[in-house]
Amino acid sequence: MNRETAVNLLLALLLIGVPLIAAGMGEPFYVTLATRVVVLALAATGLNLALGLGGLLSFGHAAFFGLGGYVAGILATHAFNAEPLFAGIPGTTFMPLIWLVAVAVAGLVALPIGAISLRTAGVYFIMITLAFAQMIYYFAISWPAYGGEDGLSIYVRNAFPGVNTAKPLPYFLVCLAVLMATLLLFRVVEGSRFGSALQAARQNGTRLAAVGIPPFKIRLAAFMLSAMITGLAGALYADLNRFVGPSMLSWHMSGELIVLIILGGKGRLFGPVAGAMIFVCLEYVLGGITERWQFFLGLILLVIVLFARGGLLGLLSGKARHV
Amino acid sequence: MKRILTASLFGLSLATSGLAHAEPVKIGVITTLSGGGAGLGIDMRDAFQLAIKQSGNKDIELVVEDDAQKPELAVQIAEKMIQGDKVDLMTGIIWSNLAMAVVPNAVAQDIIYLSPNAGPSALAGANCNANYFNVAYQNDNFHEAMGEYANKDYKNTFILAPNYPAGKDALTGFKRYYKGTLSGEVYTQVGQTDYAAEIAQIRASGADSVYFFLPGGMGIAFMKQYAQSGVGIPVMGPSFSFDQDVLPAVGDAALGVKNSASWSPDLDNEASKAFVESFKAEYDRLPSIYAAQSWDTANLILSALSKASVKDKDAFRAALKAADFKSVRGDFAFNNNQHPIQNIYVREVVKDGDVLTNKIIATAFEKHKDAYAEQCGL
Amino acid sequence: MFTALLIEQLLNGLQLGVMLFLMAAGLTLIFGVMGLINLAHGSLYMVGAFACATIAAATGSFWLGLVASLAAAAGVGALIEVAVIRRLYDRDHLDQVLATFALILILSEGARWLFGSFPLYLDIPRQLQGAVPLPGGGQYQLYRLAIIAVGFLVAIGLYLLISKTRLGMRIRAGESDREMIAALGVDISTLYTVVFALGAALAGLAGALVGALQSVQVGMGEPVLILAFVVIVIGGIGSIKGALVGAVIVGVVDTMGRLLLPSLLALTMPAAQATTIGAALASMLIYVIMALILAFRPSGLFAAET
Repeated sequence: MNRETAVNLLLALLLIGVPLIAAGMGEPFYVTLATRVVVLALAATGLNLALGLGGLLSFGHAAFFGLGGYVAGILATHAFNAEPLFAGIPGTTFMPLIWLVAVAVAGLVALPIGAISLRTAGVYFIMITLAFAQMIYYFAISWPAYGGEDGLSIYVRNAFPGVNTAKPLPYFLVCLAVLMATLLLFRVVEGSRFGSALQAARQNGTRLAAVGIPPFKIRLAAFMLSAMITGLAGALYADLNRFVGPSMLSWHMSGELIVLIILGGKGRLFGPVAGAMIFVCLEYVLGGITERWQFFLGLILLVIVLFARGGLLGLLSGKARHV
Repeated sequence: MKRILTASLFGLSLATSGLAHAEPVKIGVITTLSGGGAGLGIDMRDAFQLAIKQSGNKDIELVVEDDAQKPELAVQIAEKMIQGDKVDLMTGIIWSNLAMAVVPNAVAQDIIYLSPNAGPSALAGANCNANYFNVAYQNDNFHEAMGEYANKDYKNTFILAPNYPAGKDALTGFKRYYKGTLSGEVYTQVGQTDYAAEIAQIRASGADSVYFFLPGGMGIAFMKQYAQSGVGIPVMGPSFSFDQDVLPAVGDAALGVKNSASWSPDLDNEASKAFVESFKAEYDRLPSIYAAQSWDTANLILSALSKASVKDKDAFRAALKAADFKSVRGDFAFNNNQHPIQNIYVREVVKDGDVLTNKIIATAFEKHKDAYAEQCGL
Repeated sequence: MFTALLIEQLLNGLQLGVMLFLMAAGLTLIFGVMGLINLAHGSLYMVGAFACATIAAATGSFWLGLVASLAAAAGVGALIEVAVIRRLYDRDHLDQVLATFALILILSEGARWLFGSFPLYLDIPRQLQGAVPLPGGGQYQLYRLAIIAVGFLVAIGLYLLISKTRLGMRIRAGESDREMIAALGVDISTLYTVVFALGAALAGLAGALVGALQSVQVGMGEPVLILAFVVIVIGGIGSIKGALVGAVIVGVVDTMGRLLLPSLLALTMPAAQATTIGAALASMLIYVIMALILAFRPSGLFAAET
C-alpha cells in the first residue's frame, strides 16, 4: 500500500480511536471535540471537491454551511413550538429528513450562485462568491424571525432512529458514519469520468472545451455537489452545538474552511480530516496556553503556505499520485 | 483561554479541622476578553478575581475563558466547562445574545448560573429557572428609569438601540415609562461604527431629546460623531454607554450627559467605598458598573458558600436566594424570579480633576422590580 | 426639511465613498501592478489608526499623528512586503489569500498584545471641530467635509502621480507587462515594495481619518476591507478611476439605501416591520449591485486592458 493510503488509515484510526478511549475514561468533552473535527472535516471535504479537484476558490462556502445549519435550526424550532413553517408544512426533529432538506436547500441556492459566479474567473470569482455569502449573512442578521444576530438555540438535539443523540458518543458515531460515507463518495467522484473532467477543467479549461466537454457545466455540477456536502455538515454542526448563528455564514468561516484544506493538503482525500484535526488541536491546546493563540495560528499558517504547500499530507505522503 | 488555578485544599483537613466547607468549588467564568466589547469582560473578570482573592477562600478554583463576543464560542466553552472541567457554578456572560445561547442549556443540565450583567427579558418571565440567578438587573430596568426621569424635561424623544435582545429590551423598557411622544425609533446594526445616517435622521426629526443604548465601542463612535454634528439636543442613556470603561475614549463629548444605573462610584455606603478603594489600589483605574456587579456576584456566592455546600443544590439555591451579603448597591434582595429588587439612580457625567466619571443627581426608582416577574412560575 | 436630510445623507455617502476610495486605490494598485490579492489591507488601515492615536496622545497633535499614521502604515507595509509578500507573487491566488489571511491574524493579535483590548482615544483636531451650515438649511460636520476634500485631493494626486511621473510610468508599465519592464532593466523588487508601501500608506491614512470619527480598536479594518473589495470589483481591478467611481457608487448607494429603503417599505407595511426588513435589504443592497454588475460586465466597469 502506498504512503498516502497508510497515512489515511492512521488518521482514520486516530479519529475513531481517541474518542472511544476518551469515552471509556469518562471524559465526554474529548468526544465532543472529536465530533467537531468530524463535522469540520465534512464541511471542508465539500469545499475540497470544488477547490481541490475543481480549482474553484470559493470564498463564500460558509453560506452553504450556514444554510444547512439554519435548516436544522428552523425545522427544529418549528417542531418544538408546534407551529407549521408555511403552507401547513410542519417542522421536524428527524435528522435524516433534516439532512435531506439541508442538502436540497444548499444545492438549490448553489445553482444560481454558481451559474452567475462561474461566468467570472480568477479573483473575480473569489470576490463574487464572497459577495453572495455576505448577502446571505446580512440577510440572516437582519431577518428578525429566526433570531437575527443572536442566532437560534436548538434545545434538544434532533432525533436519529435507534440512537440517543443527546449523548456525546452516539452522536459522534452518527457524524463519523456520515463523514466516512462522504469520503467514499469523494473517492468515487474523483475517480469517475466526471471527476477526471473536473480536474481537467482545473488544469486547462480551454483544452477541455477543445475535447468537446463544456467546462462550465462540469464546474457548476461540482459547485453544487460541493455546496450540498458543506450544507449537510452545517446541519450536523448546528445539532452538535445545539445552536446556529449568523457567524456560521461569515467570511471568517469561509476563510477557516479554506485554512482547513490547506493545513491538511489540497485535493487529498483525507486532507480535510488532517486539516480539521490540526486546527481543532491548535485551537484547544494553544488556546489553553495563551489568549493570543490566533497570533500563533497565523504564524503557523504563514509558514505552511510559504514552505509546506502540500499541507500535512503533502509532508507525510509526498506528492499526490496522479490518477 | 487562560486557566487560573488557585490553590485548592482537597479537604484532607476535613478530619482534623471540622470545617464543613473545605471541599473544592469550581466556578466557570465565560466572559468577553477580546474584541471591541472586551473592556466590559475584563472589568468583570478583574473584579471577580479580586473579590475571591480578598475573601481568602482557598477552595475556590476559577476557570476563566474568553468568548470573544461570539455566541457559538460561548456555547462550546460552556460545553467544555460542564462536561470537561465539571464546574459547579457558572457566571460571567456580558452580552444578552450569548446568555440566551448558553444559559438555557446550562441550567437544564442542573448547573447554577449567576448573571453578572446580561438580563434578557426572555429569562425573567415565563422561562425563568430555579438555577438562574441574575445579580445585576433585568435589561429593561435602567431604561425604564430614564424613561421615567425623561418625563420631567422632555416631550419628544428620538430613541435608538442595536438590533439584538438587549437593544429591543432597552427601548421596550424606555417606552414603558416614558409618557412623551417618540419622534423616531431606530434599530442599528450590532457593531456598527458610523452613525452619520442616524444622526442625520435625528436632525431631521425635530426631537427635543435623544435616548440611546449603544454599549461598548458603538457608544463611543456615536457620541463622538454626535458631538461634532452640530445637532446639539440633549442626550440620555443607560449607564452602559457612559461608564468608566468607555468614558476615557469618548472624552469631553460626554460631559453633562444624564444616565441611569443601579450604582455609581460615588455611591455612599461602606461596601461600595471599600470596593472602589480596593479596585483602584489593585488595578489603578476606577471600576465600571460591570466590575461592581461582578463584585456583588462573587460576594453573593461567597455568602452562600458559608451557609451551604455547593454540592447540595437545594440548600445552595436557598442560600443564594437569601442574598445575605453586603452589596455595593446598598439594599439588595431577590424577587421571585431571582432578579434584583434595587434602587435605580440617575447620574451625570462630570470631571473629577482630570478624570471623567459619574455623579448621582437623583433617584429614579426605589426598590424597583422588573416587569416580567409575574410571568415567572417560581 | 427633507431636502436638508437628503443633502446631508448624500454628503455622508460621499464621505463613506471617499474613505473607501483610499482603501480601494491601494488595493487596486497592488493587484493591478503585482497581481496580488491582499487581505491584510484592512490590518494596515488599523495600523494607521493605532499609530495616529498613539502619537496624537503622546504629542497632543493630531497632525503629527497623521504623519505618524502614514509613516507607520508604509513602514509596516514595506516590512511585510519584503518578508512575506515577495514570496507570493508567483503563487496562485489560494496561497495569496491564505498568506494574507494569516497576516490578518498576526497583525490583529499583535495589535491586541501591544495595545490591549480597550478601544483607543483619538480626537478630531480643534481646527476641524464643529459643524458648518449647508444650503437647504441643515448643518454638516466640518471634519467629514474635510475628509471628502482630502479624498479628492488624494485622487488628484494619484492621477498626477500615475500619469505624469516616472514612477507612475513604471507602475503603468508594470500593470501591462511585468516581465517586459524587468527585462528592460527596471528594478522590479523596489518598484513593488514602493507600490505596496504606497497602498499601505493610503490605507493607514484612511484608518487615521476615520479613527478620529469613530473609535480605534482591533479589527476595525475588516468590514472596510470587504467593502473595498466590492469597490474594486465594481470599478475594475487595476483601475484607479474605477476605484473612485466604484467607491462613490458604493458609498452613496449604501447610505441612501439605508435611508430610503425603510421609508419606501413603510408605504406598504407597518413601520416597525419596514424598519427591520428595510435595514436587512439595505445591508444586502451593495452585494446585490456587485453581483448584477459582475453578471453583465464580469471584469467590472473600467477594467484595465490586459
